[in-house]
Amino acid sequence: MGDRGLLVELGDSISRQINQKVRALFIALAGHEIRGIKDLVPAYRSLLVVYDPLVSSLSFLKSQIMDIWDTVDEAQLPSPRIVEIPVVYGDEFGPDLEWVATYLKMAPEEVIRLHTQPTYQVYMIGFMPGYPYMGEVVDSLVTPRRETPRTHVMQGSVGIAQKQTGIYPVTSPGGWQIIGRTPIQLFDPQKSPPSFLEMGDQVKFYTITAREM
Amino acid sequence: MAAIKSIEILSPGLQTTIQDLGRFGYGHYGVPASGALDFFSLRIANRLVDNSEDSACLETTLMGLRLKALTDVCIAVTGADLQSQVNKQPLKLWCSHILKKGDILSFSRPRGGCRAYIAVGGGIITPFVLGSQSTNLFSGFGGIEGRALQKGDYLSIDSPQAKLSMAGRSLKSRWIPKYSSTWTLRVLWGPQDNDFTNKGKQTLTQTLYTVSPQSDRSGIRLEGAEIQRKKDTAESIISEGLISGSIQVPGDGKPIIILGETVSGGYRKIATVITADLNLLGQIKPGDEIQFAAVTLEEAHHALEVVSKPHLRPNGCVFHC
Repeated sequence: MGDRGLLVELGDSISRQINQKVRALFIALAGHEIRGIKDLVPAYRSLLVVYDPLVSSLSFLKSQIMDIWDTVDEAQLPSPRIVEIPVVYGDEFGPDLEWVATYLKMAPEEVIRLHTQPTYQVYMIGFMPGYPYMGEVVDSLVTPRRETPRTHVMQGSVGIAQKQTGIYPVTSPGGWQIIGRTPIQLFDPQKSPPSFLEMGDQVKFYTITAREM
Repeated sequence: MAAIKSIEILSPGLQTTIQDLGRFGYGHYGVPASGALDFFSLRIANRLVDNSEDSACLETTLMGLRLKALTDVCIAVTGADLQSQVNKQPLKLWCSHILKKGDILSFSRPRGGCRAYIAVGGGIITPFVLGSQSTNLFSGFGGIEGRALQKGDYLSIDSPQAKLSMAGRSLKSRWIPKYSSTWTLRVLWGPQDNDFTNKGKQTLTQTLYTVSPQSDRSGIRLEGAEIQRKKDTAESIISEGLISGSIQVPGDGKPIIILGETVSGGYRKIATVITADLNLLGQIKPGDEIQFAAVTLEEAHHALEVVSKPHLRPNGCVFHC
């Protein structure tokens, strides 16, 4: 990518297996001090290596990464964490819950049941600090993005879009269908690590009442 | 460290933030680099007042900043020519000066460029957040309370009196950039250039694009001919990492040059601005015109070596006037 980014592509679709490979390579590279690397951005199916071209050349980095990739053993990966996240669904906390229920021709309670049922994989943290891209939403809950994005999606809002579900770490503009909100702070730059979730985490949502928010 | 309350913001202007060379190493948590958009100007400003090159400076945009010195300080203003004045007398850019206690530094309208950088000898004191003082306006951290400066803010400087003797340094004139309102940005194709038609790729390099007023620190939005992608491609891609200088083409075909406030995106990137030209992105303002020129990786490397000379051999570039 340009003269200071190397995009390592490990597949061309959204799948847990491909994402697992990305995670394996990311953990391996993060554990090595490779000259010139400034940042690593693991995503669904690719890992972006941002480097300083005045320090390291593309060919040097390519050979280093290939050598490390050869030593990666996916079986040796630390097992992912299982994280439970409380959510208040509907009303002021989930302003799109009714719309989603009507669109899917089901009761709002059924939307909640379907959303809390699976264990989601955190495929990547991106778009903004601490924002988890999680999947997959069950087929019967697949909903398009809002036609008109909101200018203010409240911090902690839980949204769905197609097969994905996510949580907004800070109040920001956004186009996903907002069905609930969590009191958990997903991003705190004063903490180490600053992000509540990380790539590879297995996430399960559970319902709490507005009073527990 | 001796923190001295040295500067009062009388008016923040259009937008003034605290920035350094950026925040790296947290991309996997979605944390972008932020940092000075024109880091050449930031580095030189720091060097002129004898700060370390990566010290935090003020980055001010287009117009209106007014600040008052509460103690004697050594400052340097670099980057855009925003007609800066001290007590209503013109101030020479790319040169270090003393601001006496009570002096007022003000900026009016841009004569060239978009963002000016103000270094204060000793360095601006704010907490380091994730390794950097840069302000991330979108998530609200870094700088002063994660926000742009406001009227009534005070800046603390580390032992400013120790740098007063640095006044009178300047950057050799051959290194001072000239900003016009028409820019040629050199790009490398990709990573998704193959998803665009040949006509679409030609559109990128043959159109004179106009910078939209919607542009900000997150990206430069362009108005002009729409870039055509191949018929069998979807509007978006599976989200992946990106860097500042990535040229994204969303569904409407109008390119956006991404700046350093996001780590990933879900639109195709037809090309990437080369590292040597990244500093220019900070000086492009709404209404300016941009054309893109495709180069090879070798040309990009050569260009980077040329523009990096003032950093690689800094002592040869700054002298006492």
